[in-house]
Amino acid sequence: MTISAERPTENAPGSLLPPAQAGRLGWTQRPGWMSQHLGTAIVLAIVGYLLGHWLGHEITGDYAYVQNSGQNSSANFFALLFMVVGWLTGIGALNYPAAKLFGRAPREEATIEGWSKYFRYTLDHKVVGLQYVVGVLLFMFTGGLLAMAIRAELLNPTTHLFGPGTYIEIVSEHGTIMMMMATSIIVGPLGNYFIPLMIGSRKMAFPRIEAFSFWVFVAGYAVIFSALPYGGFPTGWTGYAPLQTQAGPGMISYLFGFAVIGMGMMAAGFNIAVTVINNRAPGMTWSRVPIFVWSILATAALLTLATPTLFAAGLFGILDKTAQTAFYVSEHGGSSYLWENLFWFFGHPEVYIMALPGFGIVAEILPVFTRKPLFAYRVAASGMIGVALLSFFVWQHHLFQSGINPDMRPLFMLTTELISIPTGFIFLVGMGTLYRAKIRFEIPMLFAMALFFNFLIGGVTGVFLSDVPVNVTVHGGFFVLSHFHYTIMGGLLFAFMAGLYYWLPKMTGRMMNKKLGLWHFWTMFIFFNLTFFPMFIIGLLGQPRRVFTYAKNLQGLNDFSSISAFILGASFLLFFANLMYSMYIKPVKAPANPWDSLGLEWQTATPIPVYNFERIPVIMSDPYHYSEIGAPPVADLGTNVKAEPVISSTSGSGPA
Amino acid sequence: MSTENSMKKETHHLRRMATIWIILSVAADLLFMFWIAPHVPPGTMTDTARANQFDFNVLFLMAFPVLIGVWVYMGYAIVNWSAKRAGVPEPIGGPAARGNLKAQVSWIVVTSVVVLFLAGFGTVALINGKGSGGGEGPNPVWMPAGSAKAETAALTSSASWTPGSNQVLVVQVIGQQWRFTYRYPQFGGFESPQLILPNNTEIAFNVTSLDVIHSFWAYQLSVKADANPQQNNVAYAKTDQLGSFMVRCSELCGIWHGAMFNSGKVVSQSNFQNWATTTESANAANTKNLPPFAWTYVPDANGSAGGYYIDGNVTPYSPVETYGAKQPAA
Repeated sequence: MTISAERPTENAPGSLLPPAQAGRLGWTQRPGWMSQHLGTAIVLAIVGYLLGHWLGHEITGDYAYVQNSGQNSSANFFALLFMVVGWLTGIGALNYPAAKLFGRAPREEATIEGWSKYFRYTLDHKVVGLQYVVGVLLFMFTGGLLAMAIRAELLNPTTHLFGPGTYIEIVSEHGTIMMMMATSIIVGPLGNYFIPLMIGSRKMAFPRIEAFSFWVFVAGYAVIFSALPYGGFPTGWTGYAPLQTQAGPGMISYLFGFAVIGMGMMAAGFNIAVTVINNRAPGMTWSRVPIFVWSILATAALLTLATPTLFAAGLFGILDKTAQTAFYVSEHGGSSYLWENLFWFFGHPEVYIMALPGFGIVAEILPVFTRKPLFAYRVAASGMIGVALLSFFVWQHHLFQSGINPDMRPLFMLTTELISIPTGFIFLVGMGTLYRAKIRFEIPMLFAMALFFNFLIGGVTGVFLSDVPVNVTVHGGFFVLSHFHYTIMGGLLFAFMAGLYYWLPKMTGRMMNKKLGLWHFWTMFIFFNLTFFPMFIIGLLGQPRRVFTYAKNLQGLNDFSSISAFILGASFLLFFANLMYSMYIKPVKAPANPWDSLGLEWQTATPIPVYNFERIPVIMSDPYHYSEIGAPPVADLGTNVKAEPVISSTSGSGPA
Repeated sequence: MSTENSMKKETHHLRRMATIWIILSVAADLLFMFWIAPHVPPGTMTDTARANQFDFNVLFLMAFPVLIGVWVYMGYAIVNWSAKRAGVPEPIGGPAARGNLKAQVSWIVVTSVVVLFLAGFGTVALINGKGSGGGEGPNPVWMPAGSAKAETAALTSSASWTPGSNQVLVVQVIGQQWRFTYRYPQFGGFESPQLILPNNTEIAFNVTSLDVIHSFWAYQLSVKADANPQQNNVAYAKTDQLGSFMVRCSELCGIWHGAMFNSGKVVSQSNFQNWATTTESANAANTKNLPPFAWTYVPDANGSAGGYYIDGNVTPYSPVETYGAKQPAA
């Protein structure tokens, strides 16, 4: 008998109802069209939009019109607000809280079978994870198309594809969409999907909040896109204030969009942090928590603590534009510095929201493909916590030339350079793990190695930027632009790809095609570098960001960068082709553990049952004891079916 | 494999990597120093630019060994420890692979020393460089001798500047959508779309804006200061070479941000004096219509701080007209 045989099997998600009770379901949970799903969400969102627009006009009458636009900012704001509320009502997010509000016993949600669960307010973390995969890929694809438009415009300094207004709209939408997407790109899909599996839980701590975070994320996508029919917004993703106050009605979409996305970020962060702290399986001590979980925990802390600042800043901006307050209007006693500080107080931790999950994925998959234990586990975990803490003390390095108090500059230069110490731990961990390893160059491993290459360049240029004398030259130019693309795209996006190639076999039960994967990796890696490396030089030669024209002698470099960018864009088409091919056209069934990983998430059956684990596993060691002779199994799953033995080395010295 | 053997092998790997690393780093640094370093922006047109270029080059020289160190290690790992390669040793397991106190401590110590050195170096460069050409806000901390006096005098009509006097030249940079203009308080406060500067002179750029945030970036002078409405942002540089330089707006300021650039010129002190006095008298009729020279121009909530720049399109803000509300008697 295993230790777990006697363990109770409670702690099952609320959705696990015996079939006999299915008759008690409310109409919202019925299968079929007459229930709540994506369709009702869209209908109610449209109804909410129209209602809100009418209400806004009724309330504010004719005094809050945006100058020269024929638009009423208050009406726009109410329209978007009611649209989001309508969307959430339609999808069913408000059923449970509303029932509680009126003192009724809320009905339990049933497990919905079949494909329609992906279009509903589903509480299974695995469904939410896959919904997020589609959501962030959609976000990324639209943001990427806008990037193609930017590079097309920059092909020539004098012949223009777009008017300056359209161009700045495209730049602003690209930046904002990508930043919004990047906050969730790993935490949303892979975090939600794998955190419970990796810590041996059957669910997230708050499945409803989890589903809410996804559906509100989608609503944020709709809100930020609603800027386009309003004429967009001219401020870039930073939304600096006097320009923000001056901007047309599209600005409301930006401010409210960040507030909506921010709600999703806070909800997701809060939920994940509580899950990791409370729902770990017995035996999962802090020193056995997988490093990916550590990184997501650190990220969750940042999501929960930094985002409220943005939320508040966005609401102040909305008040400025609708109720005519003067938070950011210096002529009336406000200050444009208030926005700059609030924005970057959120904005810099946000940058690490985008970096940490990438480190987590890479550190998680390196041991699998090197067949070695993770090197310096404690250093890796403490590095992530260190980055998370320090990231709250560096924001003014975005404001070195802004005219704020100059004697703060040495302090922020110091903190910014200090943060490169814990950030550098990921290199120590990576290099230590690679030492005398047996490296298998599967696609996930290639993407992980690429992160080290890209992030090194991104990190070193970050140290350049933190140095005030150098910052005078490179601030606000293409050097910065290239730097953060190297960290966010070269780091986070490559890690996301590594994670997808690594975990999709578990999520879908199908292997990604290796040949197409290799083509995808090499085009993406090479042309990512060919796109963004020239931008360092372009920046050093004096081209500011967000311009539609530039000095003629920079055309060669810009064209080189643009053409590489188009091929980089095409590499994403290769990825989508691979996804379609491997998932639908010619699916190849994945073994339960194709990479021979020791991770707990690979020890369950494929497809993963709704309840994840038949019994709550008892964790017996961390999942990194590759090449360790006589190490205990990772967990006692309490099942009769033994998990496939993992070959820890090829020499025949099998597992204990 | 015996422990002794594996120890030998370890030093063997590390020694080989270190050798490759040192050779490549030295080569890269030397190549950089003699080939690229003299051309690194922002050049040598002002003392600030010269100092910042030096700072930049120090960072480059330190960056190459770091980059090359990681790349050599990774490359070595890829070549020698690939699973496909015959004769790859068994990956090490157990405590040896889980951490190595010596390696961890030396990593942390080395990165900390490098980072603290860079922070100290940057701070010294910032202070010695009188703010390194970055905007220091209305109350600069690091400033060249005589600038406080010159700036105080600039607000009085008696301010002046003469060649060879070693005086600080005060220039006001006014950003507005979408151009920069320049006022010279020591020459009657005339306003010019051209930025002409005397050589070998300490310049105090006083940057402000009439509408949204811009950023005054004189690339070759290594001066960058955000232009904020309602605020004076001061930056310093001492001109050192004749020639023209580029001015661009480096903070997104609306749809024509990309077109917000012009060029300036450093000329000899006597040529500057000629240009300034000629322009002053030629512009005298226009200067009369400008608001009196002040550090900022859009009035704040109390109505203080400078007059209005009247713009053809925008009527001055009037709560009475906008809202019809009764205002308290002044």
